Amino acid sequence: MTTSTTSAMRNVESDFSTTVVKAAKPIADPRQSPVVIRALTVAYHRKPVLWDVNYQAPSDALIAIVGPNGAGKSTLIKSCLGLVPTASGQVTFWGKSYAQARSRIGYVPQRESVDWDFPVSALDVVCMGRYRKIGWCRPVTKVHRDAALACLERVGMRDLAKRQIGQLSGGQQQRVFLARTLAQEADLYFMDEPFAGVDAATERAIIEVLRELKSQGKTVICVHHDLPTVPEYFDHAVLLNMRVVTAGPVNEVFTPENLRKTYGGRLTLLSEAVDAVTRASIVR
Amino acid sequence: MSDAIYSFVRVDMLPLLTATFAAVTCGLLGNFLVLRRLSLMGDAISHAVLPGLVIAFLVSGFRNPLPMFLGAAIAGIATVVLVEVVQKLGRVEPGAAMGVVFSILFALGVLLIEQASARHVDLDADCVLHGQLETLFWFPPQDWGEFISWSTFLTLPRQVTTLAGMMIASFMFISIFYKELRIAAFDPELATTQGFHAGLMHYLLMIIVAAATVASFEAVGSILVIAMLIGPAATARMLTGSLLWQIIISVMVAIICGSFGYASATAIPAVFGLDSVNAAGMMAVVAGVTLTLAIIFSPQFGMITKTLRWRKLSMQIALDDLLGALYRLAESGAESASITQLATILQGREIAKGTSQALRRGLVSRFGDMLKLTTSGHKAAATIVRRHRLWESYLVDRAEMLPTEVHDQAEQLEHVALQPPGEPVTDPHGRPIPRDREDRERANQTETKRPKKNKP
Amino acid sequence: MYAGHILATNLPSHDHTKSITTVADQWPTWQEIGTTLTLQAGFNTTVVIAGTTWLGVAAGVIGVFALLRKRALTSDAISHATLPGIGLAFIVANSLGMDGKSLPVLLLGAAISSVIGVAAIHWLIKNSRLHEDASIGIVLSVFFGAGVVLLSVIQSMRTGNAAGLNKFIYGQTAAMSVTDATLMCGIALFATICTVLLFKEFTLVCYNEAFAQVDGWPVTRVDLLMMALVVLVTVAGLQAVGLILVVAMLIIPPVSARFWTERLWLLVVLSGFIGGLSGYLGSAVSALLPRKPAGSVIVLTSGAIFGISMLIAPARGVIASLMRRMRLRLRIAAEHILEAAVENQQEHNNRDLVFPKSKLDELALIRAWPWWFRKFVLWRLRARGETIKGSHGGLILTPIGHGNGKRVSRNHKLWEQYLISYADVAPSHVDWSVDQVEHVLPEELVKELERAIEEDNTPLMAGKLS
Repeated sequence: MTTSTTSAMRNVESDFSTTVVKAAKPIADPRQSPVVIRALTVAYHRKPVLWDVNYQAPSDALIAIVGPNGAGKSTLIKSCLGLVPTASGQVTFWGKSYAQARSRIGYVPQRESVDWDFPVSALDVVCMGRYRKIGWCRPVTKVHRDAALACLERVGMRDLAKRQIGQLSGGQQQRVFLARTLAQEADLYFMDEPFAGVDAATERAIIEVLRELKSQGKTVICVHHDLPTVPEYFDHAVLLNMRVVTAGPVNEVFTPENLRKTYGGRLTLLSEAVDAVTRASIVR
Repeated sequence: MSDAIYSFVRVDMLPLLTATFAAVTCGLLGNFLVLRRLSLMGDAISHAVLPGLVIAFLVSGFRNPLPMFLGAAIAGIATVVLVEVVQKLGRVEPGAAMGVVFSILFALGVLLIEQASARHVDLDADCVLHGQLETLFWFPPQDWGEFISWSTFLTLPRQVTTLAGMMIASFMFISIFYKELRIAAFDPELATTQGFHAGLMHYLLMIIVAAATVASFEAVGSILVIAMLIGPAATARMLTGSLLWQIIISVMVAIICGSFGYASATAIPAVFGLDSVNAAGMMAVVAGVTLTLAIIFSPQFGMITKTLRWRKLSMQIALDDLLGALYRLAESGAESASITQLATILQGREIAKGTSQALRRGLVSRFGDMLKLTTSGHKAAATIVRRHRLWESYLVDRAEMLPTEVHDQAEQLEHVALQPPGEPVTDPHGRPIPRDREDRERANQTETKRPKKNKP
Repeated sequence: MYAGHILATNLPSHDHTKSITTVADQWPTWQEIGTTLTLQAGFNTTVVIAGTTWLGVAAGVIGVFALLRKRALTSDAISHATLPGIGLAFIVANSLGMDGKSLPVLLLGAAISSVIGVAAIHWLIKNSRLHEDASIGIVLSVFFGAGVVLLSVIQSMRTGNAAGLNKFIYGQTAAMSVTDATLMCGIALFATICTVLLFKEFTLVCYNEAFAQVDGWPVTRVDLLMMALVVLVTVAGLQAVGLILVVAMLIIPPVSARFWTERLWLLVVLSGFIGGLSGYLGSAVSALLPRKPAGSVIVLTSGAIFGISMLIAPARGVIASLMRRMRLRLRIAAEHILEAAVENQQEHNNRDLVFPKSKLDELALIRAWPWWFRKFVLWRLRARGETIKGSHGGLILTPIGHGNGKRVSRNHKLWEQYLISYADVAPSHVDWSVDQVEHVLPEELVKELERAIEEDNTPLMAGKLS
């Protein structure tokens, strides 16, 4: 191959993967990366929701997917997990297909997607995270219930284990969901708006758990709506607005330019976010 | 009057008319039930009127149509109210609430019929499930001239006149309250804030549905009532996106179901020398067949259209990707590329599909393993890349817009305004946006489009 | 055809040689009632009653999941969709020279056509713009219509006599043989065991489908299994209760049981019990009394249980929740009075804790209390020893009332402060009805809030970002 072709290819590559991930620990081999998304396009009816998304996630990181309303953040997660049909593209987990890697993936759905009137207790819900380990037709034994209780303990909800889920507050429900995902003992976690509509205590509890997961070498990908808290909570960010605007370590990608490209000219929001970056970098 | 016509008028005309009237009445009202996701309310009402009928019968002691109609109507409205009570006060989901209410009422009705039979009262409730269309004989006047007269009218069976009246009433109801019904179906809260009480409209509709159910099922049975409440409206919904057209089409479908159903129950078996089969059941079957056909062949929402559209979309994505990649390579000086090379660039995309399509359209030429853009291919590719890069700058410049808005705007951008405001020469990555100097006509003929809006 | 056949088939039911239940025209004696209810009225009656009871249990158990999956009315479509299968099975069996009325053959046909019905509903939801309700309705009516057509075809066939097929529409325990009842019992038993074994899987899929899918469960297959069990129970119940009312056995017991509990396993047990009880009573009553078709009696029994549950169940019953709401209103009103009285006392610095009538009137006007409600609140205050009657219609706080009032007032102030300080996250957390702020908020936060109140209401800026 001539040099001109090689450089041409590099040019093409960068054109397609609008984002070449500048990970803190660069990963050469996509098989090492927990998630690699290639040319993902999703369309509802006739309108595209995601358009040519390319992304390679670093391992052991807390990754936030941020972007304006309707930018396709939830859709991105759902299409990775096969919950939404895709028009084109491919998603691999550690170089394997979703079906093969399934046992290593955990998921926290959006709180609104669940029937809260359902007759189960918080403990029952957390036990659901263990079902795959228990297997078909076998009952939930004390071992699993204890494991589930331990997960509830980690999110500070052990006292409310017997409460019916509908009787919990929004933040408590979110913590139950988090505990259930912990009970799955996965290596990669997808969370859809875990901080939406929760109280301060829950927010703290969730972020502590996320950091704990990171320290155990796991990867967490969260859809996040609150721009100013991104630098504090996450170390990587994907700026999404139908396509990936940019992705990488938060302090690199959170530039006014990139945020403007993602959110347009909402200056108040931008200045807040940039302030937050500055603050976070001072803290560090 | 010839014998054939006379015998048609005597034997078949009235059942046919009655069935069609019932179908049209139910089909009209069904549009709003289907829209408001209340289809099964028709099911519930038509089952639950049984105790009302029986009680009215036992109280009045003879088969007087008026008390029975009243009893059934009261039972129908009671069903609506009870379902609401169970749903709201008992916090039971709507489907289950309907199931509870109508099955209890129906059981009550069955038990009451049994008790009535103990008193040697012959209560023939056949009609509740599949009607008694076949029993509608009429002895019309021999002379055509006598047809249009009051005395002839009086000899018509009651079911026919009741249903004709009911049909006119539903027509009037819908034409008078069209606007209110539409807004109440689409957005009940908006309707209420605008002064059209959505709850009131709901009850009005339910009362009319109950009345239509009661009027119809004596003639055609409750199963046909359910089929006609849902079938025509559902078929029409598959064929059009506008409510007015949906109503018009549903009426036509209802007429087809009524007449064709009756014909296939009586005339068609007769051709083969068989006995006629149950007409009401046959009409329900015809409704099912119509709906199936509509689902498969509907030009706008049908399965075939959807599959074709999907295939075209993924084909275009594949083609666009291939042409785009070749163009970008050409930009950097590589005139041709091998398939393996393209495979590296286009990871996760379907290359084979795009290649074969491009070859067939003469957009690329192939030398062994190498692909090269032809002249027309180059033009098409330039359009694609230009669009892609315009898009990117557009998204960046107009990022504050919602993506859904952007689509419509961008669609216009592509077809009307050739440049987005500001006329960028390079895209956000600093690469040149191909100028649109070439004749757009020919580029458009290739119809290579991104999956933005895929017009059929 | 329909009800007509009840008349035709039930009245002369004596001529069924295999008839199990005796249809007498007079009321049974106490002894007869006793023997029937204790399952000693002969082997046949016992088998039918036991079979129906177990059918009720099975329907109640699987019905819970159908209800939680919001599929209550899908089972209605399933039962209606059995009719063409019965008709076709009869025609096919007859043309093959078999006995068209053999129950296993008919039930097999019923099962197959109802499975096709379920598939049709799924197909409609997936491929058309129709919602679930319309899809269910159209499948229900079209299949039943086809069944009616087939029955009319059978009627006109020279070989067949369709009269016996109508028992599947309304059900007829009287026409059941011991083999029939045993078959029904066997299917019901099998369905119950399957449901208990798959309890965990069904719960997961019903509760959170997306999670189940991500967790690696074959959601569609679990779903199909659940529907298959519903089909089995429906088919088993055809002969006993009939296809129109069998849906009630699947819906009413779980809905009734739901009023009593928030626990799933208890819900399943209760629902099975209610189903079993109504099956037992229904078949026993129809065996004892004349002209009481088992199907209707079963449905009406469970309907009565439903009505009672909806009214008096402590967990979700109507009366209980009305009382809870009333009690809360009363309590809030009483607290308002106590709070106002304490504040009034602090303001005027009077020692004798008097709350004059004028202030009470003012409060009632602001809070828009109807006169009877005000009376009720005052009565509650006195009954709890918080106030005693004062002169001119006023109140006097007792020491208990004074203490409670002070606590309430502090609570409200703390909540208000909390709302001001944590405006972004607080609303989901505030709960006025809680005795003390401490029950909801962590202790250090309450201390922080107290400090803030003391500092003359300077809003806390110590937000969550620090």
